Amino acid sequence: MRTLYTWICIAFTVIAAASGDVLIALAMRRIGDLGDFRRKHGFLAVIARVLSESALFGGVFFMAMAFFSNLVGLSWADLSLMGPASAALTFVTNALGAKFFLHENVDKRRWIATIFVCVGVILLTRT
Amino acid sequence: MRILNARKYLVLLAVVIFGSIGDSFLSRGMKQVGAIDVHHLAHVFAALGNLWVLLGIFSLLAFMASYMTALSFADLTYVLPATAIGYVNMALISRFWLHEHVSLTRWAGIVLIVVGVGLVAGGPSRTEHPADGEALAETETSGERV
Repeated sequence: MRTLYTWICIAFTVIAAASGDVLIALAMRRIGDLGDFRRKHGFLAVIARVLSESALFGGVFFMAMAFFSNLVGLSWADLSLMGPASAALTFVTNALGAKFFLHENVDKRRWIATIFVCVGVILLTRT
Repeated sequence: MRILNARKYLVLLAVVIFGSIGDSFLSRGMKQVGAIDVHHLAHVFAALGNLWVLLGIFSLLAFMASYMTALSFADLTYVLPATAIGYVNMALISRFWLHEHVSLTRWAGIVLIVVGVGLVAGGPSRTEHPADGEALAETETSGERV
């Protein structure tokens, strides 16, 4: 039964983490390069600009959900399962989210890289 | 094509380091806290009193700051695979520092991740959109280091 709970936890973590990543990436894309912004307007202006992005708060909310879900999962399963399993699935979910919601150019090179990393992470978990 | 400068590669390195450290601290802390009963999920908040969990949270805050900075100059589908090199670091540390056995399957996983990271790192870091703002237009020239 604990295995079932663990995988439900991993699924919840993956969906929450991917939603959080996409929303935070959306917020940071709207703001632009933080280094350039800091050079032009100063450090405090960077903080004010970041905190004015509503998508960021949505992203942080979903990341917090993923964090607590991950904590619960870590209390049931080893990091060697929770970490790579949720990470590997998050790579694919993020690529889909980035393509359809952020309209990133996820070309063949990035898909192959994503699949390589995903399979590599799964292999790393095997003893 | 936008090519990253040394400072931006350092930001990506910070994402890798703080992410790995944070996960390790959290794992150690949650092992001390013990299993959380599925009927009492609110007990997860009690874990916030554990030192390792707190250290993990601070590390993950640093991870979050560097991660957001990375996303401000590169695509999500660039940052995530590029920072996956952290898994390779953990495996190499366990092999050469902790002297743990790393099986052939794990070495194959390491090779795949390295190839994946190399593939994505060799490509453009950012999809350019017209609405990305003035900052992009100012720095966007062919092959310019940004």
